[in-house]
Amino acid sequence: MREPARLFVPEHGGMPRAAILVGAGALALMPAVLGPYDLALLGRFLSLAIAALGLVLLWGHGGLLSLGQGLFFGLGGYALAMHLKLAGTDGAALPDFMVWSGLERLPWWWRPFESPVFALAAVVVLPALVALLLGWSLLRRRVTGPYFAILTQALALAFVTLIIGRQAVTGGFNGLTDFRTFLGVDLPTREARTALHFVTVLLLLAAWLAVRHALQSRYGLALRALRDGENRMRFLGYDPLPWRLAAFVAAAVLAGVGGALHTLHAGVISPAQAGIIFSIELVVLVAVGGRLSPTGAIAGALLVNFARDRISSAFPDLWLYVLGGLFILSVLVLPEGLAGLGQRLRRRP
Amino acid sequence: MDALIGAQLFNGLSVASINLMAALGLALVFGLMRVINMAHGEFLMLGGYLAFLSTSLLGPAAGVLVSLLVASVGAAVAGAIVHLLVVRHLLARPLDTLLATWGLALILQQLARDLFGPIGVEVALPAWLSGTAGESLAADGDGLALPASRLFILAAAAAVLGVLHLALRHTRLGLAIRAVSQDRMMAAALGIDVRRVELAVFALGAGLAGLGGVLLALLGPVTPTVGQAYVVPAFLVVILGGIGSLGGTAAAALLLGLVSALAQVVVDVAIAQLVMLLFVILFLQLRPEGLVVTRSRALDA
Repeated sequence: MREPARLFVPEHGGMPRAAILVGAGALALMPAVLGPYDLALLGRFLSLAIAALGLVLLWGHGGLLSLGQGLFFGLGGYALAMHLKLAGTDGAALPDFMVWSGLERLPWWWRPFESPVFALAAVVVLPALVALLLGWSLLRRRVTGPYFAILTQALALAFVTLIIGRQAVTGGFNGLTDFRTFLGVDLPTREARTALHFVTVLLLLAAWLAVRHALQSRYGLALRALRDGENRMRFLGYDPLPWRLAAFVAAAVLAGVGGALHTLHAGVISPAQAGIIFSIELVVLVAVGGRLSPTGAIAGALLVNFARDRISSAFPDLWLYVLGGLFILSVLVLPEGLAGLGQRLRRRP
Repeated sequence: MDALIGAQLFNGLSVASINLMAALGLALVFGLMRVINMAHGEFLMLGGYLAFLSTSLLGPAAGVLVSLLVASVGAAVAGAIVHLLVVRHLLARPLDTLLATWGLALILQQLARDLFGPIGVEVALPAWLSGTAGESLAADGDGLALPASRLFILAAAAAVLGVLHLALRHTRLGLAIRAVSQDRMMAAALGIDVRRVELAVFALGAGLAGLGGVLLALLGPVTPTVGQAYVVPAFLVVILGGIGSLGGTAAAALLLGLVSALAQVVVDVAIAQLVMLLFVILFLQLRPEGLVVTRSRALDA
C-alpha cells in the first residue's frame, strides 16, 4: 500500500500575475493600516509561512513528512535570540537569567553570538548542518515514510527537553525574551517594526519564488518521481539521496529563517516554538492550505493562525478541538487543501 | 555505585515493560497496515483514567484487578470506533493517517482536560501493591528495594507478551493476522476477511494500550498528556524492533529501557533522552530494518 501517484498541476499561469501583485501590494500596505499589535501578529504568521513553504517542498513534493521542523525553527530563533540577549545586556557581563541562575561567566558557546554577523550566519548554517547530518544518516539507509516522521519528531522532543533541562544556559521553559536592540536599532520603535515587516515580506516573496521555481524545474520533477516511485527511479540510475537531502536541508533553512524572523516579531523564543506540538502545527498549516501549492501554504499559514487568534481569545478551551478537527477534516475531505479545492472549482466548467 | 546501577537496571526494566505495552499495539498495527497511530498514547491515557474510575468506585483492592479488564475492553472499543471512523478510510495514505490520528489525539487530550481537569489524578494502590520486596536487603542500607508495584508491572507485561505470542501462533485469528501481515492480497485471495482482521488488530492494539495505561497509573498520576510521554519512546521501540516480530519489539523495548536507564547513571534525563535517540539512529545505520528482519522477496515490503 503506497501513496497513490498524484497528478501535479504546476501553478503555471494558474496564478494570474495580477493576483500576485495584489497580494504583495496588500502586504506592503499593512504597516499603514494595522496597529502595532496586529502588525506584529501578521509578522509572526508570515514567518510561519516561510517555514511552511519548506514543508511544501519536503512533504508535499518530496513525500518526506518531517514532524521535527520545530527543531530547525528553534535553532534559527535561538541563534538570533542569543545575540539579541547579549546585545541588550547594557554593559552587564551576563544576560539576566544567567545571573539569576548564579552563573559567573558566559558559557564559551555563547561568546561567538556577540557578533551579529555570526548570529545571522548561524540562523542559516546551524539548521542546514543539523539537517545535513540527520538527513544524510537517515536517507542514506533509505529511512523514509513513517520512520522518518517519527525520528524527526523524537529529535525535536530531545532538543526541547535539553533546553528546558539546561535552564541556566538556555533560559529554560521561559525561553529568551526582553530584547532591546539589533544592529544598533531600537526594536520597539514604529520605524523598526515597519522595516522588519518589509524585510519579512521580501524574504517570504523570495522564498515563495525560489520554492515555486524549484518545483517547476527538473529538480521538482525528480523529487516527485522519487516520491511516487522510488524503485523505478533507482532502476533508471538515480540515487535518491542527494535530491531528498537537498529538500530536507532547504526546508530546514527556510524553517531557521522563519524562526529568526518570528523571534524578532514576537520578541521571544521559547521551547513552545520548537517542540513536537509546534512542529506538527506547521504541518497542519500546510495541510489546510494545500501541501502541493506554495501559495496555498502561505494562505493556510495566515488563515489558520488568524482563526486561532480569534477563536482562542474568545473561547480558550475550544481551540484544541478546532485544531484536532482541522487535522482530521483536511486529511479526510480535502487531502490537497484549499489550493486543491480552488483548482477543482476552476477546472469545473 | 553497584546498588545505584542495580536500581537503575530495575527501573529500566519496569519502564521497558510499560514501553513494551505501548509498543506492542503500535507494532501490531504498523506491521499489518503500515499505519502509525499518533493517538495511541491517548489509549494509554484512557486506560489510566478508567483505572482511576474503577478504583474510586470499587476501592483500591478490587478496583485494580477490575480495571485491568475495564481498561482493556474500554480502550479496545474506543480503538474500534477510531478505526471505523478515521483510520479505515486512510489505509492507502499512511502519512495522512499519522496526521488524522494526531488531530484525534488533540481532541481526546482536551476532552480529558475538560472532564478530569488539567491536573493529574492519582490511583490509590491496594496494600499488596504498595509495599517493597527485598526489604531485608535494603536494611543494611546498601541493598535493593524493589517496589511491589513495579514487580507487578513487570509480571503483567511478561504475561501479556506470552499470551499474545500464543494467541498469534495458535488461534485462527492469530493465523489470519500473520497471513495478512505477510501478504495482504494473497490472504484476501484465500478468503480471509482482511477488513475484519484489520479492525480486530486495531482494537487489540488499543486494548493493549489501555492495559498499559493501568500499569502506568500504578507508577504515577494520570494526566491528560500522560500518553505523549510514553508514546515517543514506544515509537522508537517499534522502529528499533523491526516489523512483524513480537520478539523484536520485546527485545527493542528491553534494549532501549536499559540504554536509557544506564545513561541516567552518568548524565541527566534530558541527555539520556538524546542518547537513546542517537542510539536508535546509529543502530539504523547498521540495520535499517530494525533488530529482527522478516525476509521477503517483495521489493516494496
